[in-house]
Amino acid sequence: MNWDFLILAIITIVGISTPILLAGLGELVVEKSGILNLGVEGMMLVGAISGFAINVYSGNPWVGVAGAAGAGALSGLLFGFFVLTLRSNQVATGLALTIFGTGLSSLIGLSFVGRIVPQFGSVFPPELARDPVLKVVFGYSPIVYFALLMVVLVAWFLKSTRSGLILRAVGENDLSAHSIGYNVIGVRYAAIAFGGAMAGIGGAYFSLVITPMWAERMTAGRGWIALALVVFASWKAPRLLAGAYFFGILMWLELNAKAGGLSFIPGAQAIPSQFWAAMPYVMTVVVLTLISMRNRAGLNAPACLGKPFLPAT
Amino acid sequence: MQVKLEKRPEPSRLMLVVTPIASVLLTMAIGVIVFDLLGIDGFRAVIDIFVSPILLSYKWQDVAVKAAPLIIIALGLSIGNRANVWNIGAEGQYIIGALCAAGIGIAAGTTGGPIIILMMLLAGMAGGTAWASVPAGLKTRFGVNEILSSLMLTYVAVQLLSYLVGGPWKDPNGRNFPATAPLQPEQTLPILIPGTTVHLGIAIALVLPFVFWLIMARSVFGYQIRVVGSAPNAARHGGFDSDQTVWLSMLIGGAMAGLAGALEFAGALKAINLGFPSGYGFTAIIVAFLGRLHPIGVLIAGIVLAITYVGGQVAQTTVKIPNATAGIFQALMLFFILASDVLVRNRIRFVRSPRAGSGQAASQTAGGE
Repeated sequence: MNWDFLILAIITIVGISTPILLAGLGELVVEKSGILNLGVEGMMLVGAISGFAINVYSGNPWVGVAGAAGAGALSGLLFGFFVLTLRSNQVATGLALTIFGTGLSSLIGLSFVGRIVPQFGSVFPPELARDPVLKVVFGYSPIVYFALLMVVLVAWFLKSTRSGLILRAVGENDLSAHSIGYNVIGVRYAAIAFGGAMAGIGGAYFSLVITPMWAERMTAGRGWIALALVVFASWKAPRLLAGAYFFGILMWLELNAKAGGLSFIPGAQAIPSQFWAAMPYVMTVVVLTLISMRNRAGLNAPACLGKPFLPAT
Repeated sequence: MQVKLEKRPEPSRLMLVVTPIASVLLTMAIGVIVFDLLGIDGFRAVIDIFVSPILLSYKWQDVAVKAAPLIIIALGLSIGNRANVWNIGAEGQYIIGALCAAGIGIAAGTTGGPIIILMMLLAGMAGGTAWASVPAGLKTRFGVNEILSSLMLTYVAVQLLSYLVGGPWKDPNGRNFPATAPLQPEQTLPILIPGTTVHLGIAIALVLPFVFWLIMARSVFGYQIRVVGSAPNAARHGGFDSDQTVWLSMLIGGAMAGLAGALEFAGALKAINLGFPSGYGFTAIIVAFLGRLHPIGVLIAGIVLAITYVGGQVAQTTVKIPNATAGIFQALMLFFILASDVLVRNRIRFVRSPRAGSGQAASQTAGGE
């Protein structure tokens, strides 16, 4: 194993981890507020096509990403309207959102197939970003650094701010939070909009950075991995970062196994690529079981997760 | 003036029937507007998707073939949903069911006949049940959330399918394409109407809703499911074991999804390739809700959803919209049906109270208790 290989591997892993990190962070905040939104994949696809389309028209990838965040937030608010205002079932509504986003993105994407969009410039001076070694730190798309910044912000928000405390209180016991005067519905709307915006940016990472073009269903199920990631990280932002890179390594192993190139790990050549692809889900079930078994306070899912909010009035 | 929701003492029977129909009609109306906004002939698209499969008699067999798995899976899911057990991994159980049937088919070699076909269907049910028993066991033993675990296992099943059809079960005469070898003619389900694709699975999908209806309406088990779902505390006092309810609803859901997978494999597709996981297990959740978790409702809703699938293919060629577009309509229907639950459970009142915001008023009342 040589240095060039290792640097390339790290850059690839950081790249493929970024969309699930972004979408996972958003979903983490949503779930912390007690809502389970299974529409992550749909919101990512809406973000992917919106970011792409807006980039085509504006010629500016930054505007594209902002548009992706807005479109993701809007699709989240659609979910919020049904779940919060009309109190419809979260699981079914979330699945509907995924089906909806998949269909809508395919339909809008029709006129964007084959178009090429302007790319992001480098954040750091080109000497650093293109340096054969230093690019492992400086050579990424701006969205990668944004995702890392968001990990810090979300962790800080949930742990150290008053608003974060209220959000967690709403997720742990909505009726109590309601009875002491907090606006449960409002907090959840805000969380869902944030989750949608983050999923939208995560989707735009596919259409603007990974492969700067539009293809139907291009997020390829990563929204579901993001959902798994939140559980795998046991609803904690710093662990979400570690988990995203761990899942990134598994996805990278899968890609390599598909290409028949796992010769650098002794014996790994015999393991099919599907094994690596299934690992994030298997490990999530294992982690979920472990946290349910221990049932220690603070490790578990938010108590109100997925349950409808039914105040006495 | 203020709009206020008032809880009905009993869910409205009228609304229970009217709202699914209204949801479909509203979906069609919104569809026309959305498509027109996107510069597509909206009226034509909606007619193609919702009406053309009914008018074109040669499309009926396609509708029947698509409806069968949706109905069978949704029947199983509606049991669980009634008991508030959320099996959303039916897609995975459907995949495993088909794989188990394929395993029997491969093991049988060139042997066919009713015994082999029966074994394939039973293997499918067993496989689906086994896959569903994992979330059921984790839920009852450790309290693991069945929504998350059953969902995760779906993607494990997808990878297992991908491995088998691309590796050990790959058709040796298939030009290296990842798919199983097609079944022998004697191993496939009998065709009920000669000259069509209407196979035995469609008859099963037509009979099962009535069987489920009888079970739900007349048996102690049906009563248990209904009580556990609507009044969990009463059920506990009445001696209904909640673990047992979880097991039964998960296993029935798994068995039905597995059966649907086996029927789809042995009746419609005859070989499994990477395109086999087409999302029926997820669409069946829409079917269950659109059918109001009632077996006969599920039968009708399954046909409606199948129409949108077939109509989506029609619209693909006529107005040149992608196949996935049918998903927009399926999702809208589910959105509306879920939202309309509010009307089933509540009645809308217009009251005069211009000043107090509803949120404030609500919190004061709750705090004063």
